[in-house]
Amino acid sequence: MQIMKKFLLVVGTLFVVGISAFGLRNEKPRTLVASATTSSSNPSGSTTNNNQTPPATTFKDGTYTGSVTNAYYGNVQVQVNISSAKITAVQFLQYPNDNPTSSGINQQAIPYLQQETLQAQSGQVNVITGATFTSQAFIQSLQSALQQA
Amino acid sequence: MGMPITVEIVDGQHIEEAINDLFIFFRSIDKRFSTYKKTSEISQINAGLAPSKWSRDMKKIFDLSKQTQQQTGGYFNIFHLGKYDPSGLVKGWAINKAAASLRQKDLTNFYIEAGGDIQVNGYNSSHQPWTIGIRNPFDLNEIVKIVQLETQGIATSGSYIRGQHIYNPLKVDDPVDYVKSLTVIGPDVYEADRFATAAFAMGKNGIDFIEGLLGFEGYMIDQYKMATFTSGFERYTKTNA
Repeated sequence: MQIMKKFLLVVGTLFVVGISAFGLRNEKPRTLVASATTSSSNPSGSTTNNNQTPPATTFKDGTYTGSVTNAYYGNVQVQVNISSAKITAVQFLQYPNDNPTSSGINQQAIPYLQQETLQAQSGQVNVITGATFTSQAFIQSLQSALQQA
Repeated sequence: MGMPITVEIVDGQHIEEAINDLFIFFRSIDKRFSTYKKTSEISQINAGLAPSKWSRDMKKIFDLSKQTQQQTGGYFNIFHLGKYDPSGLVKGWAINKAAASLRQKDLTNFYIEAGGDIQVNGYNSSHQPWTIGIRNPFDLNEIVKIVQLETQGIATSGSYIRGQHIYNPLKVDDPVDYVKSLTVIGPDVYEADRFATAAFAMGKNGIDFIEGLLGFEGYMIDQYKMATFTSGFERYTKTNA
C-alpha cells in the first residue's frame, strides 16, 4: 500500500514535469510517461501469497519501462515491477544530472511547479516590485493619479 | 533610465550623504544608458560610435550581455528592432553597484528600488526581513503576494501597459500576451534582473527556466489570472497576518 502511494506520487510528479518542461531546444515536447510498454514477456515471479482478492486493476504482472521523458534538467525514465497485480518496485533508469538511482523510492524529490489563483494581500509591505513602466506610461499614470487627488 | 528610484537606509552614519551619492550615481547611469536621451552614450553607439571610443562601463555591459545571451539560449538579447538597448541588464547591474557602495560605507540595512527591481540588504526598521509586495498586473493598486527577503535581489519583468511591445528574439509560437508578469528572486538584483528579462521573453516556458536555475525562484502571473511558481518559492512567502 505504501509503495503504491509513493509510486503514484512519483508518477504524478513526472506528469507535471513532463507537461511543463519544454527546455530551450526547438523540439516538440516528448510524450509523458503515460503508457508503459512491456520490455520482456517474462513476468517476475510472485513472492507473496496472500488470501486477499487482488484489487480490480488493469496491471498485469511484468516489468514495464516507461518512455524517456525530457524533464528539462535531463531525461527521466522509469521502470516498474508489477507482481500479483501490485506494484512491487519502481526504478529510475534515467535520472536528471546523470545520477541514476538504485531501486527504491527514497530519492530526492523532482522539483515541480505549483499554481494558485491570485489573492489580494492586505498586509503592510516595505516596498513593491512590479513591471517597469516606460517613461511615457509613468507620466500618464502620474497624471491620472493627480487627477484623482 | 527615466524611472523612479526609492531608497531606504536603516541606521548608520552619514545617511543623507550616502543617499545623495546614490542619486548622483543613478543620474550618471541614466546619462550613459538612456535610449530616450539622444546625447547618451548608448544613443551615440546606435548612431555609429566606434567601439574604440566606448567607455569602460559600456564595454562591461556589452560583455555581460553577451554572457547572458549565451546562458539563456539567446532569449536575452540587447539588440532588437535595429538598435542596442541593454536596459534589461543595466537596471539590475546599476542597483547592484549602488548597493555595493552602501555596504562599503558600512551601511548594511537598506533597500534600493529602481523601476520595480529591488536589492534588499539586512533588515528593515522593525528588525525584520524586508517585506516586498508583488503588484497585481490586473489592478495596480493591489498586491497579490508578499515575500520576505534578507540580502537578495528581486526583479519583475512584465507588460501590462497597453501598447507595450513584447519582443521575443527567437519568435517562439507563444501568444505574446500569455505572461503578464514574471518575478524572479535571486542572490542579487543583477542576477534576478537579467534572468527575469530572459525568462519573460521565453513566454510560458520562462518559469520552467527559472525552476531549473539553482538559487533562483520565480512567480509568474498569466493572462488568466493564475500564478505559477517554482518549487522553492514558498520559503519566501508571507501570508496575510
